[in-house]
Amino acid sequence: MRIGAVRSLADTAVTLEMATSVGLEASAKVSAALGAIEQAMASGALPGVSEVAAAFCSVTVHYDCLQITQSDLADRLTGLLGKVAPTERPEGRSWLLPCCYHPELGLDLASLSEALSLDPDRIVALHQATTFHVYALGFLPGLPFLGDLPPDLARPRRTEPRLRVPAGSVAIANRMCVIYPWNSPGGWHIVGRCPVPLFDITCDVPALLAAGDSIRFKPITREEFRDLDRDLRASGGSRDAFRVAC
Amino acid sequence: MTATCVPLAAAAMPFGLRADMAAALLVKSPGARTLVQDTGFRNGRCQGVPACGVLDRSALRLVNALLGNAPGTEVLEVALSSPVLVATEGPVRVAISGTLRGTVQRPDGSSRPIGVWTATTLAPGDALHLQPPERFAIGLIGIRGGLDLPLCLDSRSTCLAAGFGGVMGRSLQAGDLLRLRDLAGPVLDHDLCVTEDIDSATGPIRVVAGPQHEWLDPDGAAAFFGSSYTVTPQLDRMGMRLDGQKLSFLPGKTADIISDGAAPGAIQVPGSGQPIILLADAQTTGGYPKVATVIRSDLPRLSACVPGDRLTFRSVSIAEAEGIAAAHEARIKAAIDSIGPAFDPGMIEGRLRSVSLIGGAVDMARPDHFPGHLYSGKEESNPCD
Repeated sequence: MRIGAVRSLADTAVTLEMATSVGLEASAKVSAALGAIEQAMASGALPGVSEVAAAFCSVTVHYDCLQITQSDLADRLTGLLGKVAPTERPEGRSWLLPCCYHPELGLDLASLSEALSLDPDRIVALHQATTFHVYALGFLPGLPFLGDLPPDLARPRRTEPRLRVPAGSVAIANRMCVIYPWNSPGGWHIVGRCPVPLFDITCDVPALLAAGDSIRFKPITREEFRDLDRDLRASGGSRDAFRVAC
Repeated sequence: MTATCVPLAAAAMPFGLRADMAAALLVKSPGARTLVQDTGFRNGRCQGVPACGVLDRSALRLVNALLGNAPGTEVLEVALSSPVLVATEGPVRVAISGTLRGTVQRPDGSSRPIGVWTATTLAPGDALHLQPPERFAIGLIGIRGGLDLPLCLDSRSTCLAAGFGGVMGRSLQAGDLLRLRDLAGPVLDHDLCVTEDIDSATGPIRVVAGPQHEWLDPDGAAAFFGSSYTVTPQLDRMGMRLDGQKLSFLPGKTADIISDGAAPGAIQVPGSGQPIILLADAQTTGGYPKVATVIRSDLPRLSACVPGDRLTFRSVSIAEAEGIAAAHEARIKAAIDSIGPAFDPGMIEGRLRSVSLIGGAVDMARPDHFPGHLYSGKEESNPCD
């Protein structure tokens, strides 16, 4: 596998660019690079490396510059990834996540309907018929960036970001979809809400989703949302119940 | 999935000691923003978890060295104003960093001073009263044995964005009881201090090229390295917004990039053209061009910045930055090697009196009377020295 570019991020971090455009192909390359580097770290082949993190088209390796120089590290990484064959699709799990598209929760369905000249029901139908891929987690703990949104639903971000997007909000912008794990400011258009907690610090791996996973949304009613939300809060577990066979 | 957030009280307790007998610090008043932090989370970035951890890693090392703790043991990071902490149920040994000083007040009403870079033992009932950190920036309070808090992603740091880690994912509140984690070994009864301060670098903040350094046009690069930038009040643990000459990009390069990995110290430039320096709590990826990154050795200097400060930047190569890091490490080790018994104002006064060198006109026990070489040079020289 060829590295597009090795970019120095800091005197303690280097970013390897694996692709130049976001998509499933980039995701597969990133996932293969991430796996190879994690394996090399575990085997001791990358002294001083503390962590490797993935983004849409690149991986970033964080290291201790007292233990290894950046040029030595870059050489080792280039050599390592040169021997890795890219996979066609990233390896991941499949999820069917409940989503309530009721207008009380899908706060921007009405304005989107106007902007896209699409009936709200049509927006929901297109959204829930899409198989999304988790390209990366970022911005907030547990927040997945999902692609690709059907072109018919593509809209630029809101000009006025909301100061508080409610936790669980499923929101879209451009060709992407996100689920906000926390109440936070945000500029994406909210189409619904998912009651499944995306981040549980008491778990070994706190984030529910990982890059490479695929997701479909299953529409639920306002009442079903209320019950699920209550049950999931009370039990605190059973997140794996939403995994489905590939 | 197995739970990792397990309270460690049971495991850390010496054999036969009841949990309620554990020494602890009671938070009498919390200070403006007092957080439990260590070296930050491990392997959280792929899950969107910021690194977090203390803003000043050098001070973390020194404070823990003063206490005989492991170098990355969690501490309290204090901002703007300091908490008041009372030792309960046993002696608690604490150490403070180079921006903090104050007094230890005993239950009988008497008090003794505690100076910068000092470890001291609080007897049960003793209260640690500290002045605000120097220039109202930040300071660290270390605790011998660390705190009995759950470990999340290999760390006891506080993640404010998602409300986990530290003490229930938040700043300290009045009434919090901070139990000690490791009570093994005897507690020293005399003060120790660092007698050789790590004189931090002065002059421009040193940066290496960032992943999108070639985005800047010649005017942008000239502005960034040729003018000064003011630290704005938009300053928190996530980042520091600067104000100065607007930075411009080459034709065809915009402020929107495909988000890629970020790191503390990375300087990103949004559409406004005003740079933002990302700090410990910054998001894991950034969608703005990162034109330069502050070197690891100068990150502690950023933690001392307050709104209104003016920063200038100087470019260094990666090889230079690696050399600077090695030299910085040597200075930290020298400072650790210099740790020794503290100057005891009371004892010295008694000694001097006994040999009739002073007549009591000079109050050597004043809290601000401290060996001059411990000050960073910012204080007025003491006429009595």
